[in-house]
Amino acid sequence: MNWVIKIEANAALKKTDTKTKTRKIKASSWVEMVPSKLWVVISLLVAILFWTILSVIPNTSRSFPNIFLVSESVITMLQRGVFWKDIASSLTSVVAGFLIGFVISLPVAVLMAWYRPIRFIIEPWIQFVRNIPPLAYVPLVVISAGVGRTPQIIVITIATFLTMSITIYHGVRNIDPTLVKAARVLGAKDKDIFMKVIVPASLPFIMTAIRLGTAVGLTSLIAAESTGASAGLGMRIRALNNTFESAPMLLYIIVIGIVGLIFERLVKLLERRFTGWQEKRE
Amino acid sequence: MAGEKRVVKLKIDNVRKTYNSRNGEVVALNGVSLDIFENEFVTVVGPSGCGKSTLLNIIAGLEKTTSGKVFCDDHEIKDTGTERGVVFQQYALFPWLTVKGNVKFGLNIQGMKAEEAERIAMKYIKMVDLEDFSDSYPKELSGGMKQRVAIARAYAANPSVLLMDEPFGALDAQTRTQLQEELLHTWEKEKKTCFFITHDVDEAIILGQRVIIMSARPGRIKEIVDINIPYPRSQETKITPEFLEAKNYIWSQVYKEYLEVRK
Repeated sequence: MNWVIKIEANAALKKTDTKTKTRKIKASSWVEMVPSKLWVVISLLVAILFWTILSVIPNTSRSFPNIFLVSESVITMLQRGVFWKDIASSLTSVVAGFLIGFVISLPVAVLMAWYRPIRFIIEPWIQFVRNIPPLAYVPLVVISAGVGRTPQIIVITIATFLTMSITIYHGVRNIDPTLVKAARVLGAKDKDIFMKVIVPASLPFIMTAIRLGTAVGLTSLIAAESTGASAGLGMRIRALNNTFESAPMLLYIIVIGIVGLIFERLVKLLERRFTGWQEKRE
Repeated sequence: MAGEKRVVKLKIDNVRKTYNSRNGEVVALNGVSLDIFENEFVTVVGPSGCGKSTLLNIIAGLEKTTSGKVFCDDHEIKDTGTERGVVFQQYALFPWLTVKGNVKFGLNIQGMKAEEAERIAMKYIKMVDLEDFSDSYPKELSGGMKQRVAIARAYAANPSVLLMDEPFGALDAQTRTQLQEELLHTWEKEKKTCFFITHDVDEAIILGQRVIIMSARPGRIKEIVDINIPYPRSQETKITPEFLEAKNYIWSQVYKEYLEVRK
């Protein structure tokens, strides 16, 4: 049984290995000495600094009102009674469009990965439409769906579906075939392979798809809300453009960015919960 | 060793396997016939492209023959079966399952009761000395540990035939030697029919009772060499005259094949 001892010796070696490694990294550079949270604060402060410089330079000052004017505009928009309404309206469209896009993209992606005729017919369509900016087909959507909530959701559904179906499909196709083989030799039938191999192995790609999908949902917001929406972050930015109110415009742009950050955080939480087993992670 | 009454476990009968490629038909295996006896340890060496993995996949039921038949316990092999376990070179552990989850995978699919599956899984995890890691995920394990889990997983499903496709090929020399000894130790404790592919001649001799030398283009059996070195074998076996003689002979045969392939 002398190999038992060898294993223990190996394990011990490994432990000291990782210890020296972490120590090395910690001592390697001042960049590592600053905690990452502090870096976030520094990054934010530098951004505000640049913003302030832009607000002073005559050429750019009209596009970039300073931070105090932009902060004040929150009160203006609250007084007009549109601030929360706009956020709520945009969130409703994005979340609804994203969810519908997600629910459609899952089966389409799996069918494309499993049945070659379906893949050969559908994939070119998706690749083709994917390169067209949503703003281009908005008028067509409005002609059929009219104005209001419906066309907004349709536009976001299309945009998120295109991105997510391709991402998930590539993921399902790239599942390591030896995992399927390993399951088969352990007695797995097609149903087991789908539920116990394909589904969990696809989860990381589904997470990536969700991440990309929420981002695309937000970036197509302006297009979606150009369908004659009565409220919304994108719609309001266009409306404010007519009155040259750059402070609330900049405020709304920042709000869209913050919503994006929040989405990303939520996706990260999901990832940690469901795909923490993944090999390549920081 | 086994004397006269040896039972044929696997019968490979005139197997031919061809693939269609852009350049026409490729013959991977041609006229391969071989009887493997119950509880025998057979190793296979040969240059890459000699069809040894194809042969293993056919025995596993993962691929079909073009012509010829393969039998296990006199039943024709047409699909995968739990009496034939496989250990792959790339470990093929399910990364979303813990060590225990991986070892239990086959047991759960066969509908075994939870406590029973737990008991059997722990038995084999102990056998490969990983009880401290039973709740770890594959990403936390070294290559050698991953392959131990794969071996435990194959054993837990209780196959009578173990098919191994260069299982130690991706490991460093030290870990490989260690796992060879472990595998022999396990095989002597719990006998199974083993079909073990390798490109390492030393490994083929230290493990096998018979070494099958294959040649390429098309893949066929070139020669079968009996290794009459008694078990238990260990690293010391590698300096015995019997071992060295077998090594020299097999190596020269395999080397000829390598030269053949390079032409």
